[in-house]
This record gives sequence, structure tokens and C-alpha cells, in this order.
Amino acid sequence: MGPGTAEGALQLLNLLQREGRLVDFLQQEVASFSDAQIGQAARVVHEGCRRTFLRYLEVEPVLKVAEGEATTVSEGFDPSAIKLVGNVAGGAPFRGVLRHKGWRAKAIHLPETLGEHDFRILAPAEIEL
Amino acid sequence: MSDAKYTVGIDLGTTHCALAVVNLEEGPRARSAVVRVPQLVRRGEIEARELLPSFVYYATEGEGDLGLPWDTSRRFAVGEFARERARETPGRVISSAKSWLTHTGVDRRSEMLPVGAPADIEKISPVESAWRYLDHLSEAWAFAQQKGSAPPLVEQQIVITVPASFDAAARDLTIEAAYAAGMEDVTLLEEPQAALYAWIEQNSNFRELIAPGDIVLVIDVGGGTTDFSAIAAVENEGKLELHRIAVGEHILLGGDNMDLALAHRVGEKLKAEGHKLDRQQTAALAHACRGAKERILSDDSIMSEPVALAARGSQLVGGTVQGELTRDDVEQLILDGFFPRVAADAVPLERARAGLRQMGLPYAEDAAVTKHLAKFLRLQAGAGEKLLGREGGTLNGLLHAKSVLFNGGVLKSARVRERLLATLNDWLGADGAQPVTALPGADPDLAVARGAAYFGLVRRGRGLMVRGGTARAYYVGIESPAPAVPGMAPPTIAVCVAPFGLDEGSPPEVLPQELGVIVGEAVEFRFFGSTVRRDDVTGNELEDWSDDELVELSPIAVTFAAEGRDAGDFVPVRLRASITPVGTLLLEALPLEPRVPGECFKVELSVRKDKADE
Repeated sequence: MGPGTAEGALQLLNLLQREGRLVDFLQQEVASFSDAQIGQAARVVHEGCRRTFLRYLEVEPVLKVAEGEATTVSEGFDPSAIKLVGNVAGGAPFRGVLRHKGWRAKAIHLPETLGEHDFRILAPAEIEL
Repeated sequence: MSDAKYTVGIDLGTTHCALAVVNLEEGPRARSAVVRVPQLVRRGEIEARELLPSFVYYATEGEGDLGLPWDTSRRFAVGEFARERARETPGRVISSAKSWLTHTGVDRRSEMLPVGAPADIEKISPVESAWRYLDHLSEAWAFAQQKGSAPPLVEQQIVITVPASFDAAARDLTIEAAYAAGMEDVTLLEEPQAALYAWIEQNSNFRELIAPGDIVLVIDVGGGTTDFSAIAAVENEGKLELHRIAVGEHILLGGDNMDLALAHRVGEKLKAEGHKLDRQQTAALAHACRGAKERILSDDSIMSEPVALAARGSQLVGGTVQGELTRDDVEQLILDGFFPRVAADAVPLERARAGLRQMGLPYAEDAAVTKHLAKFLRLQAGAGEKLLGREGGTLNGLLHAKSVLFNGGVLKSARVRERLLATLNDWLGADGAQPVTALPGADPDLAVARGAAYFGLVRRGRGLMVRGGTARAYYVGIESPAPAVPGMAPPTIAVCVAPFGLDEGSPPEVLPQELGVIVGEAVEFRFFGSTVRRDDVTGNELEDWSDDELVELSPIAVTFAAEGRDAGDFVPVRLRASITPVGTLLLEALPLEPRVPGECFKVELSVRKDKADE
């Protein structure tokens, strides 16, 4: 799956909408609603999206260290995986405090699709008979 | 036939099917392994999952094909997608086909499912539904094995599990579905035995955990059914042997009922707050309650869980209705409602037997699993006598279980297991007897499939085989020869045709009493089963019986082809009963005066309705 491949992204959005109503949530203007109302919806979204996450993605921290702990970054680190902020000077090794452990997608297993599949449909319109 | 490389275990469950294999060529290293089943999980999307939900969905016109990689123009779907659609379009989906297989009040081969379906759907019978699931498993196997190109599933040694409470007709129909799916080497295995085999496979030290004289009680509470079985351990010539000594009746009561009870409670609370729920939302509520229930039951510190009902439209925020499930709700409704701590003499409410002709599924009248358990232990108190000696295995008028094996999704909850054990210990501990121990079980969702696959190794000497012939004695209804009273039907006598425990290796039993058959016509006889009467031998006659002793099953039918005889002639026959290697009851009618030596006719166990009658 190369950069800019819309299909995988759209499929994942479809799954997150189906299980967790994520697109409904993001599409809605929430400014006028109370915290309680947003909270109730957030529970639904969280429960469903989390389930989808666990089923189709394996996500792990970039650094398996507790946030707030001191840690050392050695030479040859991947700058897209580890971001240095604050008083950055000189060269590796750098010693600092972990503020965010980062996330890496270890694996993604999207379901296989068959035949003609319109990935742009994130959610079908539903008509009750 | 024995070149089969695999033994395949198939759990044809009420809510889910599962598939496991054992590679026979691996010898001592062989272990059961679950096979994930590719299925349609969403329109156009296929995934391989451990469980195949037992649902069949029919596409509407214009819906397009529900294609699979191996059949792109399919018009129906089996599995997860079908289950989703069952919630959305219940009229187009077949579910609980297995429960219909046990229903003696309907013609199980008639095309009746889905019940109440719209006219554009071609209905199928419960037997054909079972065939559909087996077919799907075959196709999925072939698809998954493509890389290894293993020979087809239907050519392997196949073990299909059935509830111990399945009567002879339901077993026959299951085999019929298997043969229809192209399977040849098929054996039936009772689910509690399969669960015990899975346990034996996981626990190589099982001989230290089950001693001669012990009785293992298997309690299986799944999504739709509750089943009890008892297996006794004895010592024979210095060796440990296991015998299945008792089974209970099939009880349509399970986890789905519990979720509905919770949904009802939360629904009431929401109604009191002014929210009205439509049918879709009530169904969604049961689903939401299940999750909340599991969280409460798994963590004592949780006092309540929110239960959110999402809006049906796209306005999620502000459209979501939130209810609450409290610990009290769960403990009251689930623990006290379904597993109350009742006394050992508790009797479950039973609806009056409405006769054989019942249209809907016969759901249990009493939701208390513990009451059904008490009844089972009372009725089966003498089950261990023959094997364990006089009074063996009985305590205070109850079957004395030493250990318990739990199976089924509902019993994943530690709180439910604790409650069952506590109740059992109340009953059995009255005389200072030791508390029952729970055998650490395998994964309740997959144990039965694994155990069925492992059975392939048991047959070759691994572990220990569980013996036991039929779990029921069977009886044929004959009109009493007493003088007839005008205007009154002559009373029926029940004659034992297959005694309790009739085994595959036993010589066939021939009924001394003669029955009359008319050439060219299907002659029906009433048919009964008993899980309690163990001492009747073939030919014993009963004039009277209680509902607990004899349960009426579907009538049996004998049809004599006319060849060599005149249509309409009256022919006296004797019935012969035996157990086939497959695990089904074979009843045959032998004419007293055979035209050729060995002439016999098969007796139909589940009466097939004549097309002409419809």
C-alpha cells in the first residue's frame, strides 16, 4: 500500500464508521451540545472504533518506556520515528524525558474485498421498510 | 477410508459453528488445531474467523450477488454477514436451525425456514440449513487449503458433535445433512463428551484429577441452550474407564435469554425517562447490554456501566440515548433470575404439554438453570448404580457429582460459575460431603470442536475413550389389546424396542411383540424416549408413565414396498433395533414370513410428510 492509496484508507474509514460511527461523529458540528451529550456519543464511538482497531490493526508504542521517565536516544535513530524537542544541541546520544511514547502500526490486516467495490461509500443510506 | 490424513471436528452449534483438525500423520505429536473459516463478514468483504455464526441470509432482488471467492454469483450468505442482517432484516434470515432439529412437533424435513419469511424467499428445511453450514465449511476448507492443496474436507474422517440430549431422529437428520454435503466417513459425538476430550487433551495429568468412583457433571450453557450430562469413572481390571451415564433433556434456555432480560430492564428505565425505543433499538439494546454485563461480571469493583444506544441517523451527538446497567440489575436478573440458590427439591415450572403439534420453538418455561439442574440430579440419582454399585454415586437423593466441567459462552463468567458451584455445594454438602471441584476447562467457544478433532486420536488409543450406548431407552406405542370401549380410543402401551445403553457393539435387539404393517402404505407408530428408565429390556411393556419417565417423540413410520406382495395386504413384522457405527439408532422391520431370507425394511425415525398431503 503506497502513499496516497485512497482505497485502503477509505476501507478503514468504512470499518470505523460501521463499527464505531466515526464518520457520523466527525461530520457533526458539536459546539452547541453539552459535554454530557458529546460524552455519550464519544462512548459509542470509542467502544466501536477500539474494537475495530484491535481486530484489524496491531499498534505498538515506538518507545516502550513510561511517559515522564528519562530515556536515552542513541546515534543512528530514525528521525521520523523519534522527534526531539526543547534544548536540542550537538549530536547523539541525547538524554531527555519521554513525553509521548509514539505509535507504530506493526501490522494492518484489512479484509479482502471481492469483485467491484466502491470504496467511496463510507456508509450506505439506510431505508426502513 | 483410513487414508484420510485428518480427523476434522465440526461443532454445529445453535449460534456458531467451529472447525478443528488433528493431523493423523503427526502421530504422538498431533494436537488439535482450530481452523479459521473464511466467510462474508460485510458486503463484498471476506475474513477468516474462528467461529462461523449459524445464520443464512437471502439476498433481495436488486441487492446483487453475495459472492465469495469460490462462488461469485451466490444469492445467499452464511456466517457473520448473515448474522448482521438477522438483526436488520429478521424475516430473511434463518437462525437457530439446530433448535428446530430437536422439535418433535414439526416435520423437520419440510421447507419451513425462515419462519414467517416474505414470499420471494425459497424456504428450506432445518435439515437443509444444517447441510448449508456443512457445505460452507467444506468450501471454506478447500479455499483455505489452496496453498497446501489438501484433499477435500468431505474425504477426511469427520466427527460432528450433537447435544447429548438429541434424540434418535435429530441424530439421523444430522447424518442426513452430512451425507447431503458429500461427507462419507462421519461419526456423531456428544458435545459434553467432546468438551471432556478437549479437557483431557489439555491436561495430560487427567488421571490424577479423575479417580474411580468419581462422577463428572458437564454443565453446558450456550447462547440458546442448556445441557447437562454425567460421566462416571470406574476401574476395570486395573485400568481407568469413563462411561457416560446420564443426559438431561434439551432445554431451550441460554445467554440470549439473559441479554434480553437485561435489555428489558434497561428499556423500562429509559421508558420511564420518556424515551421510546423501536424494535431495532431494542435488539441493539440487548447487544449493548451483553457488553456491559460482561464487564460488570468480570470486575467486582464496577458498580454500574453505561449502556448507550446510538442514534439511527447520522446525528450521533444529541441523538444517543444512554441508559445504565447497575451491578444490582445484573446480580438480580442474571444471578438470582437464572441461577437462583434454590433447594435440591426445587421443581422447574413446566408448561402443560400442548400435544405434539406446536408451531413455535418450545422455549423453557422456567428460566432458572439451577432448578433444571436440581431436577436432572434428582431424576438421575440412580444413574451410577450399575457401575458404581448399590447407592453408588447418590447422595441425599441426588446424583453425586465429584467434579464439574463447564462449557458454553455463559459459563465464561467466573461469577456465574461460582454461583453454580455454591448451589451444588449447598445440595451435596448437607452431609458434610466434600465440595465439588471445577475442572479447569478449555476455551468454551472452541472446546467442542477441538474435542471432536481430538476424538480421532482417542479412537487410536490416545487419552481415554468415554463409553456409553444410547442415552435413552426407546419405546414404540402399540394399541392395547384390551376390549374396546365404543367411542373411546384404545389406550396405548409403550413397548421397549431399544434398551438404555444399547451400544454399537451389542447384538441387535428384536422385539418379541408383533406389529401389523400394510403393504404399500406408510404405517405410523407412536414413539417415545426415556432418559430415566434404565432397567427396561426389549419387549417390556408399560401401560402407564409419568411425563418425566417417557417423553413422546416424532412418530416412526414403516413403509413396505409392494414387490412380491399385494398392495393393501396386512403383514406381521417384528422390530429390530441396533446402533450403527455412525452413532445413530437403526430400527428395522422384519416380516415374520420373509419373501427372501434376511428381508427387512428400514423404519423412518423422523416422519417425512408426503408431498401429496400438502
